[in-house]
Amino acid sequence: MFDQFDPAEDQMLQVIDNNGKVINKEWMPQLTDDEIVKIYKDMLFVRTLDFMIVSYQRQGRVYTYPPNYGQEAIGVAAGTVLRHDDWLIPAFRELGAWLAKGVTMKEIFMFNMGFEEGLKFSEANHVLPFSVPITSQLLHGSGIGYAIKYQKKDEVAMAFVGDGGTSEGDFHEALNFAGVWKVPVIFVVQNNQYAISVPVRMQTASVNMAIKSKAYAIKGIKVDGNDIFAMIAVFRYAHEYARKEQQAVLIEAVTYRKGAHTTSDDPAKYRTTDEEKEWDKKDPLRRMKLFLEKKKLWSDAEEERITEEYRKEIDRQFVETEQTVQYPLEDAFKYTYAEMPQDLRNQQIEHEKFLQWKNARK
Amino acid sequence: MNIVNAINDALDIKLTEDKSIVVYGEDVGFEGGVFRVTEGLQKKHGVERVFDSPLAESGIAGTAVGMAAAGLRPVIEMQFDGFVYPAFNQIISHIARLHNRSRGSYKMPIVIRLPFGGGINALEHHSESMESIFAHIPGLKVVIPSTPHDAKGLLISAIESDDPVLFLEPKRIYRAIKQEVSEEKFSVPIGKAKVLSQGTDVTVVAYGAMIREVQKAMVMAKEAGYSIELIDLRTIYPLDRETVAASVKKTGRIIFVGEEPRSFGVGSEIMALASDEAFLYLEAPPKRVAAFDVIVPYPRGEHHYMITPEKIFYEIERTIKF
Repeated sequence: MFDQFDPAEDQMLQVIDNNGKVINKEWMPQLTDDEIVKIYKDMLFVRTLDFMIVSYQRQGRVYTYPPNYGQEAIGVAAGTVLRHDDWLIPAFRELGAWLAKGVTMKEIFMFNMGFEEGLKFSEANHVLPFSVPITSQLLHGSGIGYAIKYQKKDEVAMAFVGDGGTSEGDFHEALNFAGVWKVPVIFVVQNNQYAISVPVRMQTASVNMAIKSKAYAIKGIKVDGNDIFAMIAVFRYAHEYARKEQQAVLIEAVTYRKGAHTTSDDPAKYRTTDEEKEWDKKDPLRRMKLFLEKKKLWSDAEEERITEEYRKEIDRQFVETEQTVQYPLEDAFKYTYAEMPQDLRNQQIEHEKFLQWKNARK
Repeated sequence: MNIVNAINDALDIKLTEDKSIVVYGEDVGFEGGVFRVTEGLQKKHGVERVFDSPLAESGIAGTAVGMAAAGLRPVIEMQFDGFVYPAFNQIISHIARLHNRSRGSYKMPIVIRLPFGGGINALEHHSESMESIFAHIPGLKVVIPSTPHDAKGLLISAIESDDPVLFLEPKRIYRAIKQEVSEEKFSVPIGKAKVLSQGTDVTVVAYGAMIREVQKAMVMAKEAGYSIELIDLRTIYPLDRETVAASVKKTGRIIFVGEEPRSFGVGSEIMALASDEAFLYLEAPPKRVAAFDVIVPYPRGEHHYMITPEKIFYEIERTIKF
């Protein structure tokens, strides 16, 4: 696959076209009809959840949120290959992958409501918390890769970054370390065309992002990130390659951030509706739905019914989370160190004395 | 043993007993480090455990985060104090915080070894003291030994700590002090200062390479008839407030000696401690003998910058005679 789609020639792996027609049978992943429907439902769930979090934000019930709208295929496809012991090193726009790894909706809500507790990931194995300092997380992937190899474990690490993140020094250090160490890490660039307002052509003079793999002697490939089948095919192939060869891979998933960078951003300021309309044709759910309809596996009525079901469940869990979360004072102190210094304990005690005084004053 | 031997011995002991420990950095493996601190360790423990990394400080620190998350205990080296800055994002944003961010799901048992301080006639970026920068960051512990014994015992504690530790090595005295040090495993606790000399007139608080300079000043002070209590902090954070407070309450006077720029430094914290804990006991203003707020001068000007025994004695006398 890597030889067939050479980033130096700017080739891109695609399996279905914009109308859901299979144009590349060779790389159509083996999937049963049930599995295909499940994957579509997962994408639909992610989109529904994403929309609802944005609307909760508009209602003032969560803080700033970075929408996944338009990029759902990448996270969902990643979720189909990541095994229980594989590592997920997120950036912050891979909702489908988090859920597949066992991050709960309540944790996602808690995080967005302003609680670190949402990043504890109690039920998810081997998922790092979301990383806000752009690209710094890729090096964690290389380090995890080293640990996997050193401990002779059958695991793969998958680390995410955006197109803007490829300009950071840590991007190059992470790929270089992984290349030198020969470790099983899949680096995924979600090229959604914008780093907040800055278009991808301002980030690099390279013909694409995948070509950057060549400088570090690792495999690289550019994929249509809005083509769920292409994403599953590339993740399956890369996962197998990373495991068997103990080598890193760079995947550039070409996509489009249909929503805002975060709920504080207004994309109308820096892009045109013509451009947005052009990308609407490539929408990952639309394309898969057209594929499903051709195979008579899906209908609008089914979509309406199940979306309503999702909405109810999401809202039920959201309200439950809203009603139960708390932030006791001790939580602000007790995780700073594994072993809390006396100094810090004393600061807490001192503050508690103030609070007692304050309460007695009422 | 000198300090170089003691650190090497501590690493050797821990590498032998704990397979989750890996040691890496620039020139750390084959050559054994530019100061030869890790000499022989690669040969004994293998290239998978003691190795040369690519030349990238952020990469060294960032990969350690991943390794620690996946169950290893990395001991990484920053080749010189002034080379650590590219790693600040990884150290401050992740090494210091991943435990907090994940609410304890991921511990960060990482030791960052870092030769620091001036007085070796080096190029720019090779003589810096940034202990207060690290001590200011929630989530980090900062340790500085002044003797071979403490270097060995503190490094063993640092490696065994589940929290990240900045282990700052006073390179000026790497080979200057020889001491009998047990070949056996022992540890010196993090967060405990040591009273090196008992005295009654003034408390002097120092650490690292400055201890020896204070001891030279104490010879002059003794001739002048002054009794000095010398405290070696050994750990900058968490600071052993009790030991310092008890001493200043006894002597009524306190001088801090450190080679980092004076303002907003460890010395400032010691001054605040004296005022917080011993306000009514003070007989003279607490005093800092620290470097100027300037960039460490190049070798021909460094003598203007470095703290000398005469300077320390001068301030001791002024404080006692206040």
